[in-house]
Amino acid sequence: MNQLFAKRRQKLLALKAMRDGQAPHLSQASPCPRCGQVFPRRDLARSRYVCPGCGYHYPVGAYYRLSLILDPGSFRELDEKLTSHDPLHFPGYTTKLEEARARTGIQEAVVTASGTIDGRRAAVGVLDSRFFMGSMSAAVGEKVTRLVEYAEKNKLPLIIFSASGGARMQEGILSLMQMAKTSAALERFSRRGGLYISVLTDPTTGGVTASFASLGDITLAEPGALIGFAGPRVIQQTIGQTLPEGFQRAEYLEEHGFLDAIVPRTQLRETLARLLKLHGKGERP
Amino acid sequence: MSAHTAAERVALARHAGRPGTADFISALFTDFFEQKGDRRSREDAAILGGIALFHGRPVTVLGHRKGKDLEENLKYNFGMPGPEGYRKACRLMKQAEKFGRPVITFIDTPGAYPGVEAEERGQGEAIARNLAVMSALTVPVVCVVTGEGSSGGALAIGVGNTVLMLENAVYSVLSPEGFAAILWKDSARAEEACESMKLTAADLLAAGVIDGIIPEPEGGAHTDPKAVYRAVDSALVKALDGLKKLNGRALADQRYRKFRAMGVPGREKT
Repeated sequence: MNQLFAKRRQKLLALKAMRDGQAPHLSQASPCPRCGQVFPRRDLARSRYVCPGCGYHYPVGAYYRLSLILDPGSFRELDEKLTSHDPLHFPGYTTKLEEARARTGIQEAVVTASGTIDGRRAAVGVLDSRFFMGSMSAAVGEKVTRLVEYAEKNKLPLIIFSASGGARMQEGILSLMQMAKTSAALERFSRRGGLYISVLTDPTTGGVTASFASLGDITLAEPGALIGFAGPRVIQQTIGQTLPEGFQRAEYLEEHGFLDAIVPRTQLRETLARLLKLHGKGERP
Repeated sequence: MSAHTAAERVALARHAGRPGTADFISALFTDFFEQKGDRRSREDAAILGGIALFHGRPVTVLGHRKGKDLEENLKYNFGMPGPEGYRKACRLMKQAEKFGRPVITFIDTPGAYPGVEAEERGQGEAIARNLAVMSALTVPVVCVVTGEGSSGGALAIGVGNTVLMLENAVYSVLSPEGFAAILWKDSARAEEACESMKLTAADLLAAGVIDGIIPEPEGGAHTDPKAVYRAVDSALVKALDGLKKLNGRALADQRYRKFRAMGVPGREKT
């Protein structure tokens, strides 16, 4: 019986992941944004959306990401129905939210779940840059906070994949306050001995960088990911000069001491499993 | 309360003659000892902080520092701290906790500095760390938004048990200019942004983001700074009195619950 449910869950995640793979930014045989080479869709899928030519890591959807990380059949989504309101009654926001939901099939810019990685249980959150640029709405802050609380309550390690353009402008000050809310929850989690692995993916900027993305016990990043507080365009406008080569890329952050390691997508699952093992976390009772 | 539009309040909040952190420190506190440096790389003058007596009681006081003229502003980077400023603030607040001193912060910044060096030294990490550390402090933390409180650069010293705002101060996710540029690709629509952002003290009180409003003279704080000092002084006394009965753990819990409750959306009906 249990196996039957696991099978069903696996099928559901596979379907959602497949739909994620069909995201508009991955339309049929489009040239790689970095090297310009064109590879058939099938090859890209096989390489987990890492360009076989230059190693460029395409942004991927949340369910697809989860399907790469979690053991088959272990995925259980949390707070799936938790969605944003429109606190400022901002013109056009509700319509845009509905469009984003229809286009991406997700309810908000983060999907949270529990599952196992190589047999070890973990609480996992994934931000999805297709949904309002992965920006921090009140719902994103709430889901992340609940995930932290879930991990704490169930004594699970916590893994969050960040990808965000920053604050959800349409939600004004409440968006800003999510930085304090998520950081406070992580501080509690940390003081009670919780393990938090933060994985930074392209792009991680603004209020997400200045809150939960930067508070990991272990911080990883995918190669070439843009990571920063202020976006490159804002900085360029402020200082009026060209930015250094490779500025705000994962390699630059590693060099400046802000990352434990840069891990290619193909090795992420194995690396996470090893880190859980090294901490003795997530073992089944 | 005076009747100003949101855009007028933004202008008042940025008025060159408006009292700032340095003014509040010299008017409301005695025996101020300034503490400089983040103990890692440098001193960032955009944050001013130290130890002082407030009504005879030792406190740690800090805030964003803006200049009164161009020369000062260049020195203080227009009140835009880099990571060193936030790390200095963090150092001072941890010290306050060690010695059992309440923390009082004054918020007045266009935002954290967006620059190459700031990014290189971890602007995002510095702000995130402050939010985490502040949230768990076991001493009273009272914050006053005195001018413009823009973005994470403001919130980084704003996780208080009690958060107050001057009547014409503004507090927002981003400057109105930045907001208009991002959402409408047109920074000239800043005035329109001021209205739709709901960034006035009254808006924020209604949204449950702040706990009280400190009145200003009709023409703004700069028209009668002494009246403003008196009002801020009594608001701080009242806020600290209100927190007196809480022990260290209860203070951290109260602060946690306060921010935990912000922006909890309902579940959509299935």
